[in-house]
Amino acid sequence: MGRTDFGPPNFLEMLPAVIKENYGRWQYHTIPQPGVLKHVAKGGAELYSVRIASPRLVSSDFIRKISDIADKYCDGYLRFTTRNNVEFLVSEKNKLQPLLDELHVKGYLIGGVGNAISNVVHTQGWVHCKSAVTDASGIVKDLMDELHEYFTGKIKIPARLRLAVACCVNMCGACHCSDIAIVGIHRTVPKINDEMLTKICEIPTTIASCPTGAIRPNPKTKSVQINAEKCMMCGNCTSVCPAIKIMDPPNDGVSIWVGGKVSNARTAPKYSKLAIPFLPNNPPRWPEVTDAVKHLVQVWASHAKPDERMGDWIERIGWERFFKLTGLPFTEKHLDDFTHARTTFRSTTQFKF
Amino acid sequence: MAERKTPLLDELEKGKWPSFVSELKKAAAANERAADLLSQLEASYEEKKGHWKHGGIVGIRGYGGGVVGRYSDAPERFPNVKEFHTIRVNQPAGFFYTTEKLRQLADIWDKYGSGLFNFHGSTGDVILLGTSTENLQPCADALSEIGFDLGGSGSALRTLSSCVGQARCEKACIDSMDIIYNLTMHFQDAIHRPAWPYKFKIKVSACANDCAAASARSDLAIIGTWRDTLKIDMANVRDYVGNGFEIFDRVIRKCPTEALDWDADKKELQINSEDCTRCMHCINAMPKALSVGSDRGATLLIGGKAPVVKGAMIGWVLVPFMKVEPPYTELKEIIYNLTEWWADNGRNRERIGELIERVGLSYFLKAVGLKPVPQMVYAPRSNPYISWDPEEVKKNG
Repeated sequence: MGRTDFGPPNFLEMLPAVIKENYGRWQYHTIPQPGVLKHVAKGGAELYSVRIASPRLVSSDFIRKISDIADKYCDGYLRFTTRNNVEFLVSEKNKLQPLLDELHVKGYLIGGVGNAISNVVHTQGWVHCKSAVTDASGIVKDLMDELHEYFTGKIKIPARLRLAVACCVNMCGACHCSDIAIVGIHRTVPKINDEMLTKICEIPTTIASCPTGAIRPNPKTKSVQINAEKCMMCGNCTSVCPAIKIMDPPNDGVSIWVGGKVSNARTAPKYSKLAIPFLPNNPPRWPEVTDAVKHLVQVWASHAKPDERMGDWIERIGWERFFKLTGLPFTEKHLDDFTHARTTFRSTTQFKF
Repeated sequence: MAERKTPLLDELEKGKWPSFVSELKKAAAANERAADLLSQLEASYEEKKGHWKHGGIVGIRGYGGGVVGRYSDAPERFPNVKEFHTIRVNQPAGFFYTTEKLRQLADIWDKYGSGLFNFHGSTGDVILLGTSTENLQPCADALSEIGFDLGGSGSALRTLSSCVGQARCEKACIDSMDIIYNLTMHFQDAIHRPAWPYKFKIKVSACANDCAAASARSDLAIIGTWRDTLKIDMANVRDYVGNGFEIFDRVIRKCPTEALDWDADKKELQINSEDCTRCMHCINAMPKALSVGSDRGATLLIGGKAPVVKGAMIGWVLVPFMKVEPPYTELKEIIYNLTEWWADNGRNRERIGELIERVGLSYFLKAVGLKPVPQMVYAPRSNPYISWDPEEVKKNG
């Protein structure tokens, strides 16, 4: 047996000299142009980081090409961001403009820094996930084809705007705390393959997996049955028992959530809340989803104050005004009936008309 | 290789944003697995449904995780993705790479897998997308040769991740990259051998801007902060104002606790440090003039997670402030105590936040040896249903 448990490479081996020398000694940064960060250390050392968009799902060819660029301008070092951008780390100022020029010529999009739409955090989708209702990579591509000028800084916005896409309600991509989140949803109760269930699933585990107690034994079939009125289509039972199927392509769809964030700046981190309960799952271009997101971005950008994130803006104006300004219908679907419900009901006469 | 018709996916090669379909096609030109992935994905776009079966157990010798089994549900149509398992590779902290290591990863994955990656997966790993069962072991051996180990999967400690921290950020209050590297090395067994009720995630952000999304995406969030006063460089404050920065609108009135004041006559920014909740807004707005304090450490939050199954949670304050310095002994003890208690008490697929909610915060704090403090809550209870320990009642008479 080969060696085990040796862990990842030590990050110190992956750092360019300017970072090693100034680790923990950075003093401030500026954004000299969209997509470029200039960090200045105590003592005056400078580092320019140039951020480009990546599709996240990349080929070995992509990896070699960005490596060629990093070899030429960055002494063979680069990094990725938590939002899947690529960053070229330039320690010699005279290499900055030639790098930017080469990136432009090769068609890479430079941006995603500061008050901008950065790359979209997203999930695996039909490319590689068993529970994907929709394809995250495809929706991201469509959205950002439409919104790339918010990434490159051609269109300015009041604050950061963080987008996320998840293919199902498991929300592997932090959709529950994003300014705008797109989430694949089911609308129909799962179907049970009784014969398969009796062979491959543990009935007590399956029953226990249901957060609403909707699953109980079915004595007739020696399988289980689902109480449709209690089921909220979370899919947890399908994760523990493959004989329960929740995929229903004609009826599955996409929902849109707004106003979440993770930063503590000004206000506490917030959950994303439901804006649009259902849009059709319409590959390859998802026009309904793209239009809806673009509309939300535009309404927010034209009303928010400087530094005001989507959720902060909505809290200032009130959800009643959010629905009015966006023209979105408020329906019974928007009323919470699960674990956070009580925290969402309004106990004051203070509201707007 | 035969030309594949993918009219729907071809639509996604149009437009300005970099195209994942172009990446798939580049890989498909030289790799049969990638070619069948492309064809299967086209079928998914036609039928609006995925073609992957429920997982399966596959692995690497000596490991209980790090590989996610994946099988096509239509192997007769797409034989080269009949087995298409994911390998999770633990990324270097801060997602920094030398091009030498990146090229080595690319060469190995071209040889043993699809040649397709995610840089990176949602938790932080480099995701190697798709290979056969028989290739798993030789691929892992080759990765080991170049110094890359597997990440976490299943009911284990998942791969840790962090923000860029002190490597390139003036706001870093703690050494987020070193913390995750050190904890990753210390908890190798917990990462590689799933032994818990469900997954457990740890993320570290070096300040309250939380660029690693730790409070939302990790069961234990470690977030840098400070206890003394933020630093003001008055000359630079005056520079901002002199250059037209609207300090009153952008900073003073935006302070959530009204801790800041601007004396326009003296041209002085004043702070009432006791009222400051270290939210980072003013520092974000004037990075050249304001900076984090000197007495630095971390806030720990517990329970953050996505919706499955009892709803999404943003982590709750567990430790308002602690020093976090190598070798991180106290932090390791806390992590050990938390996970041991959860392993003993948690139900199948119950995250630690859900367990705390089920048994109550006070029960949990007692069990892990932490004292309640006001920073843990927005407000004390507003109902009269207080629990009393019989011993406590006896003692008080």
